[in-house]
Amino acid sequence: MEETPIVVARGLTKIYRSRDGAPAFRAVDGIDFSFGRGEAFGFLGPNGAGKSSTMRMLAAISPASGGSLEVLGMDPALDGPRIRARIGVVPQDDCLDRELSVRENILVYGRYFGLRRDLIRERLGELLAFAQLEEKADAQVEVLSGGMRRRLTIARSLINRPEILLLDEPTTGLDPQARHILWDRLYRLKQDGVTLIITTHYMDEAEQLCDRLAVMDGGRIVAEGSPRALIEAHVTREVLELRFSVDAHAAVAERLRDRRLGERVELLPDRVVVYAHDGEAALAQVHAAQLSPITALVRRATLEDVFLKLTGRSLID
Amino acid sequence: MPRAWPVFVYWLSLYRRTWRATIVISVANPVLFLLGIGVGLGHLVNHGHAATLGGVSYSAFFAPGLLAASAMQTGYIEGAGRVFAAAGWAGSYRAAATTPLEPGEIMAGHMLYMGFRVLSSCAVFVAVMAIFGVSAGWWVLATLPAALITGLAFAIPAAAWVITQRSMARLQTLFRFLLMPMYMFSGTFFALGQLPGGLRLLASALPLAQGVALCRSLSLGRASLPAVAGHSAYLLALILAGILIARVTYRRRLHP
Repeated sequence: MEETPIVVARGLTKIYRSRDGAPAFRAVDGIDFSFGRGEAFGFLGPNGAGKSSTMRMLAAISPASGGSLEVLGMDPALDGPRIRARIGVVPQDDCLDRELSVRENILVYGRYFGLRRDLIRERLGELLAFAQLEEKADAQVEVLSGGMRRRLTIARSLINRPEILLLDEPTTGLDPQARHILWDRLYRLKQDGVTLIITTHYMDEAEQLCDRLAVMDGGRIVAEGSPRALIEAHVTREVLELRFSVDAHAAVAERLRDRRLGERVELLPDRVVVYAHDGEAALAQVHAAQLSPITALVRRATLEDVFLKLTGRSLID
Repeated sequence: MPRAWPVFVYWLSLYRRTWRATIVISVANPVLFLLGIGVGLGHLVNHGHAATLGGVSYSAFFAPGLLAASAMQTGYIEGAGRVFAAAGWAGSYRAAATTPLEPGEIMAGHMLYMGFRVLSSCAVFVAVMAIFGVSAGWWVLATLPAALITGLAFAIPAAAWVITQRSMARLQTLFRFLLMPMYMFSGTFFALGQLPGGLRLLASALPLAQGVALCRSLSLGRASLPAVAGHSAYLLALILAGILIARVTYRRRLHP
């Protein structure tokens, strides 16, 4: 990105004050990042990695405890309302009013932006079409499915024609079909030039949606790059997964390491993972060593493997 | 605060769905109490102890007390229960916080609505009082602003505190151990003059006792300017303190 970045963070830190006897908590620990206009950027990490805290600071609804942050050329500490007027936020738990209809939810929200009623009504039609909710315009939110609610939340967040859209765990809790519909909607927004900032703990979502990712763990960014670059930089092209009887895994991992199988051998509670450029060849070596796994699977490396390598832990516990 | 207005309109739009039920309650509550306790119990009381009530009928004594108590109740429900939900599971505040609105504006819009709810439910009550003829003529109208500040003196400090709470348990504790006793011992049902000295002083310092005394003196047409000013200043001080604290607690919760 040659043009001026739309968001720049340097040493961004968030510390929550101690409450009810709990000690102060450093949720975000001095991170740097920047995005260009039209980019889709993802924060990937497990629960508690600091993704949501980072998102709240970007949304200008949580003051940074340290470092600097610039959103749309403004400082959230000074220009919160002006920043919020130009961004859209899709919170993880929707925050829709269940007693109101789909239409009323958008109307109320638009009024909070100071938009005139006739302008909101004008935009309402296209937003409902975008969210595929035209037939539900007068339905109470209470009766909508989870996927519909999430699409309504996205439609609502677009009422002010935002330049940046922040999505916190956009597909958590949705069934596979609803996820794919949602991803399709987000591609469209990206095509229209909206900058997307997404948090997720799903590697497939990160791979599908994001041009660039920051892998977060314990409040820090542990790696950054495109999904492909991250895989190339941190893991081998292929992965061999072996399952034995549970108590045999440790001994097997030891033997495979002694034989210098693949690039690296990782021991997980339920399986042994071998990182190798040629998975089938590695499997042949396993058989040659007189080992007979209950199951053996060769697959391409994913971001999940990157995360495992970087943190020693799985994304979803 | 023009930007707080859409927040007030939002709360009104929710109220539109339930107003009929609340009006029925607002009418039924005073009518049943005035008939049952005012006339029924009053029949017994009036014979023996009219003097302790200042020479007025029990209904005339009791009605403005109940007005103040119901203002407190409406105020607490709107200020405590509703704010707890809005800041927590219902998500209304969190949604509003992502817009250009500042925490103080979200707070102001909601407090405007609390005022509306106290005022509208008390207006119904006052109308019933007028129909029953338990007030001294037009003085009945003066009880409405008195009931409003009584209700807000509970609603606003409650909101300022509740927004710091993550569990419902303390809200119920407060209701049971603070509001219910206050309801009983603020001179709603009997004259505080009947209590022994120390207890009387303690009881008359309660916020609800101030509201009861204010509403009653106005309703009976026996208000003196210094007393009205004193009671009002007490209640307005609670409202002001509530607003000042809420400005801080709302920002802490909505912009963590």
